[in-house]
Amino acid sequence: MAVELDVFVGNTTIMDEEVYQLWLDGYTVNDAVKVRMEGGVLDECEASADVLLSDTMDQYRTFQMCERLLHSPAKLANQLLFQIPPHRQTVLIERYYAFDDAFVREVLGKKLSKGTKKDLDDISAKTGVTLKSCRRQFDNFKRVFKVVEELKGPLVENIRQHFLLSDKLARDYAAIVFFTNNRFETGKRKLQYLTFQDFAFCAGQLINNWTVGAVDNMVEDMDVDLDKEFLQELKELKILITDKDLLDQHKSLVCTALRGKTKAFNEMEANFKNLSRGLVNIAAKLTNTKDVRDFFIDLVEKFIEPCRSDRWTAADMKLYLTHYTNSAHILDTFKHQVVWDRYMGVIKSCIFKMYHD
Amino acid sequence: MPGKLKAKIVAGRHLPVMDRASDLTDAFVEVKFGNTTFKTDVCHKSLNPQWNSEWFKFEVDDEDLQDEPLQITVLDHDTYSANDAIGKVYIDIDPLLCTEAASVISGWFPIYDTIHGIRGEINVLVKVELFNDLNRFRQSSCGVKFFCTTSIPRCYRAAMVHGFVEELVVNEDPEYQWIDRIRTPRASNEARQRLISLMSGELQRKIGLKVLEMGGNAVVGYLQCFDLEGESGLVVRAIGTACTLDKVSSGTPASNACNSPSKDGKEPVFGEDLPSSSGPPTPFRALPTSSSSPPPFSPSKPCSRQSSSSDTDLSLTPKTGKNTWPRPPFPLSSLPTPTPHCGEFPFFTLTSFPPGFLVHVGGVVSARSVKLLDRIHNPALGNTRSYKLLDWNSVTADEPETRDAWWEEIRQEIKSHAKALGCHAVVGYSESTSICEEVCILSASGTAAILNPRYMREGCLDIGSTDHRFEDPSPPSCGFCHIPYDELNMPFPAQLTYCYHCRRQKVPDVLFTTIDLPSEAAVTGKGCLIQARLCRLKKKAQGEVNATAISNLLPFMEYELHTQLMNKLKLRNMNALFGLHIQISVGENMLLGLASATGVYLTALPAPGGIQIAGKTPGDLSNEHHILTIQKRINDTIAKNKELYQINPPELTEEGLGSPIPEPRQRSRLFRSHSESSDELSELDLSHGKKDAFVLEIDDTDAVEDIHSLLTDAPPPTGFYSCNTEIMPGIYNWTSGIQMFTSVRVFRLSNANLTNQGLNKIFTDLCENLLKSFYFKLRSMIPCCLCHLNFTVAVPEEELIQVRHFGFAEFHSFVLFFSSVRFVLRGLFCFFLLFSFLVVVVVIAFVCVSGVGSVCACVCLCVCVFSPAASVDYGSFADRCSTWLELLRLKAHTIRRGSVKTSRRTQSLAHSGRSRSLRSSRSFGGSSVTVVKMTPLSFLPGIRIIKYLGIINMFFIRETTSLREEGGVSGFLHSFIAEVFAMVRAHVAALGGNAVVSYSMKECVLMENPNKNQAQCLINVSGDAVICVRETDQEPTASMTNIGQTCCSANDGAT
Repeated sequence: MAVELDVFVGNTTIMDEEVYQLWLDGYTVNDAVKVRMEGGVLDECEASADVLLSDTMDQYRTFQMCERLLHSPAKLANQLLFQIPPHRQTVLIERYYAFDDAFVREVLGKKLSKGTKKDLDDISAKTGVTLKSCRRQFDNFKRVFKVVEELKGPLVENIRQHFLLSDKLARDYAAIVFFTNNRFETGKRKLQYLTFQDFAFCAGQLINNWTVGAVDNMVEDMDVDLDKEFLQELKELKILITDKDLLDQHKSLVCTALRGKTKAFNEMEANFKNLSRGLVNIAAKLTNTKDVRDFFIDLVEKFIEPCRSDRWTAADMKLYLTHYTNSAHILDTFKHQVVWDRYMGVIKSCIFKMYHD
Repeated sequence: MPGKLKAKIVAGRHLPVMDRASDLTDAFVEVKFGNTTFKTDVCHKSLNPQWNSEWFKFEVDDEDLQDEPLQITVLDHDTYSANDAIGKVYIDIDPLLCTEAASVISGWFPIYDTIHGIRGEINVLVKVELFNDLNRFRQSSCGVKFFCTTSIPRCYRAAMVHGFVEELVVNEDPEYQWIDRIRTPRASNEARQRLISLMSGELQRKIGLKVLEMGGNAVVGYLQCFDLEGESGLVVRAIGTACTLDKVSSGTPASNACNSPSKDGKEPVFGEDLPSSSGPPTPFRALPTSSSSPPPFSPSKPCSRQSSSSDTDLSLTPKTGKNTWPRPPFPLSSLPTPTPHCGEFPFFTLTSFPPGFLVHVGGVVSARSVKLLDRIHNPALGNTRSYKLLDWNSVTADEPETRDAWWEEIRQEIKSHAKALGCHAVVGYSESTSICEEVCILSASGTAAILNPRYMREGCLDIGSTDHRFEDPSPPSCGFCHIPYDELNMPFPAQLTYCYHCRRQKVPDVLFTTIDLPSEAAVTGKGCLIQARLCRLKKKAQGEVNATAISNLLPFMEYELHTQLMNKLKLRNMNALFGLHIQISVGENMLLGLASATGVYLTALPAPGGIQIAGKTPGDLSNEHHILTIQKRINDTIAKNKELYQINPPELTEEGLGSPIPEPRQRSRLFRSHSESSDELSELDLSHGKKDAFVLEIDDTDAVEDIHSLLTDAPPPTGFYSCNTEIMPGIYNWTSGIQMFTSVRVFRLSNANLTNQGLNKIFTDLCENLLKSFYFKLRSMIPCCLCHLNFTVAVPEEELIQVRHFGFAEFHSFVLFFSSVRFVLRGLFCFFLLFSFLVVVVVIAFVCVSGVGSVCACVCLCVCVFSPAASVDYGSFADRCSTWLELLRLKAHTIRRGSVKTSRRTQSLAHSGRSRSLRSSRSFGGSSVTVVKMTPLSFLPGIRIIKYLGIINMFFIRETTSLREEGGVSGFLHSFIAEVFAMVRAHVAALGGNAVVSYSMKECVLMENPNKNQAQCLINVSGDAVICVRETDQEPTASMTNIGQTCCSANDGAT
């Protein structure tokens, strides 16, 4: 005796959000049934495991049929096959495009190629996210990347319009696309302490201030590629460390301003030249693609780590960077104020975000 | 007279990729009607082509307009090879032929392919210009309205009910034609779909003609069925009730009646104008149309039929003194135009009636007959016959007549049964068949009743006006329960008591009917679904032997089902069944019986007695003990049920009335059928009481099993109610949150040596599990009610498959071409259950809150009901808030970006503002998909139907040769059902409608062969397309409402 066929179809497609999550998480039907049983659904109403199995199967089938539509969410609204209330549609899309931070940390900045896809089983083993779920997330990244790649206009808006995502999620996707496009190195051991949200914040800063789009919002790839002219101009900042007078003047200005305001003053004073050199060198090297990739690792090595070993507090850091940036304006021989602000504004907020344990 | 059909192909979208090289499609469209075909230009390299074609005009007869569908084929242009078909759309233009219905068909239709399913959508505009036809001898019947609804449609008023109409057409099934061996499965499926579409068009036209002949303008309760008889052909038959309907203008009081069937809600139909029909309520109302257009005499039916039927009466009713029925005082012969047509079968397919229409109800009458389907030809010979039959019009003339004669026989039987019950009409009438190979069981059932002749066309009913009951009108809340037959000449023994409501007339102790509970009936407590399930094994046999075996089994099955129903009814402490539907389906080596009904406690009927168990050997002490425990369990269950269904009949002051009420301790005993076979199957239904109630022998293991099965029926979990009628008796506060579901289950039995008992248990468990799984799935909707639970059971057979298997072997050399002769079902046999039902979320004002401010209680409960939806709404509210916050942050952010981008700031803000609106319009308002509600009910609670747009009657075939890839049979059927829903919705939306009422899935035949990775499925659905608005709205905006607006305005948007 066996149930050969068992379907349950509603005029309005009904979906259980809990089962949807299990499906997204890559659980097999049997595992999902187990999870649901442990969750105590059966206790709420008198039902047997068969009932649960049949329900889970039904839902899984529905999701599988919907998946094709979820690949282009705009279609979901005007397809005829499933009658889904709009708020449900929103939930379906949002959940489908949601991703695990643990997973995204692994692929952030990597090329979304077949090779990476082959390594997904390793990532799955490492992060504990099921392979199926990894594949979905990876494919989502790739799909968004491909669609947005060829579009004009602001990145976040494009993502939001094409995939009908919430603002938050669209921003995260923009960060992923940006990282992928510029191939930023995020996997090094020294960067392991950083979360996806740290990077996403930095990406937002970079997109808003350093890209072509920051000046002109109608070019292709405006939010994806860094502003080449700006990077070129950054070389001019070298004068801050090559000109000895300027460097000393800058140091004294900063030290005067900081004196007595922080416990770490001595370390600051001692390290000023090193730190300043580090930051300005990062700026000067950004014309090389290779150095752009190492942007974050450089920030950590050249600035964050020395400060951390000197036990600066976050407040110290804030104080130091504020005065460091502002003092440059007072330097009468320093002419590159605009570039300096554009550079330091981003650096400052990135370092604030990244300076934690 | 011709009409002009115009069609315009606007655009396509989401087309499949047909050219692998470019990942695009070169699509064009062929528009075909009758034998005329038009083509659009090819729209190169696009998946969303814009054709914007000219108007294609077809000048055709209106007869063709009724029969033929408009056929739209989307193709992919290929320069070198043949063009590939993407898919088709069949559009039934019938709704356009009715002046009151839709005026234009316009919208997106799914492009359907029988192999690939839905492949994109096409936007089409269709119009019809019809010239008035005054030809008396015309063959068309444009303008006759059809309704699947089995009550007078809301927003109409019945001026006259004319009576029963029936028709059937027969044809060769293309699937079994010789040519099928060499054509592709796609061509074969399409031929079949087209043929069935043509046949139903023809059938509808013919029925329409009959209605016009009778002087009516509409068919209500139109029920169309297919009999796939396999090699002996394809029968499409339909029955309905001819009426003259008047449209109720929107401002009339009818508006308040279209709402939820609250007990005090007045029915719009019939009512208001009645007083205006001057004169005393004579039983025969003057026929208003008789002078203008005398109903033509139908020569087909001999008048002698009448007398012969009364002969049958005599043989069927053993009682004397009742053999002649009082003739009407106005002799029919004196009228210039006798109407034998409608007088022949006083049947009504309606199941609910306006107040005052139903005078008395007698009980269920049913008739079954077993027939052998004659084989027309041997397909192996591929002779000239099948050759000829490729032209479907040249169907052999004798065939429909055979089928007609069969049904005629059964209807006569039903009629005589009704007479035996002292009734002159049969209401809630339906017909069905079950076919297994060459054996076919024809069944008909209905409820014998006496109708108020005021509403009838004269001659329609055969009644005596001298009948005292008409002079003594009974109160509406109990009148229909009063016995229609003479107390002294009862057709069957029953215990009669005086009505508990009015105390003036006699009522039976139980009442079984096939109709819905009359809205004015007084009910105590709540109703519930009651099912009797039965399996009977039979030996495999062929031909006549098989038919005999089946017909010998039938009476026993019917009797046992009846006994089960009776016992379950008593166990629930109820005394009446409504919406009784008994289905007996025949399989290769078993018969399945499934009876479903809604049990109620009618206040007018006496309280049911309990169930008493008695042992055979009173001396045995352990046995005695056993009996006592069982008796106790039964009593406990009864008490529990009494509480569950809130059955607290008012205490009666018996002495005061002094009527012969039976002593309350009186109990009826558990019935057991042991011997007594009767050759007259249908009589059994009526004669259960004749058999003296059996004292149950407890050492009979069968009996023990029976009791167990009685007690294993689990009541629905708290918060759930189920019934198979349109409304749930005892529940009056409905919300408009409705959901319709279809569920199909196939169950395979693994071992062949099963006993009747074992099978019964499996079958019962299956049904129970199904219900349980519904309850589980719908747990979030509590409190809710499963209404119109419609169960269908089938036993796909194994022998037939083997026969086809042999066919395979024989034509081995043709295997390549044979892809459409397929489906070898492996294994033994399986149950095939098909369910289509509706969930209506009901807000129950519990007893504790029913006092002051019950409205308030309702509202607050309403929130409970929709708590999942509500929480989502809060979510979206929060979302909205967060997007606002985001917007603010964005603003702030842009400002923070500093002077570098002063030029950009305003721009980006404007941009984000614009895109936000763009986004919201995209995800919410911008979709062009109309929400279409579907319901098997004839109404939508809380929603008013303002216009009927026409009947939806669609037939689809889906086939696959990649079953595994589509997720097995379940996946295949799941997507097919979803596709069928989508197509129905699209057609309704194109007509301008936003709901389908009286929706039903008539047929769902699935054949599979997992070994060959193939499956095929046929689905037939029907319903009435309507425009409806929320009770509160005045304007018919709903038809224009898209998903967004509906759902914004109502958080229950789920339908």
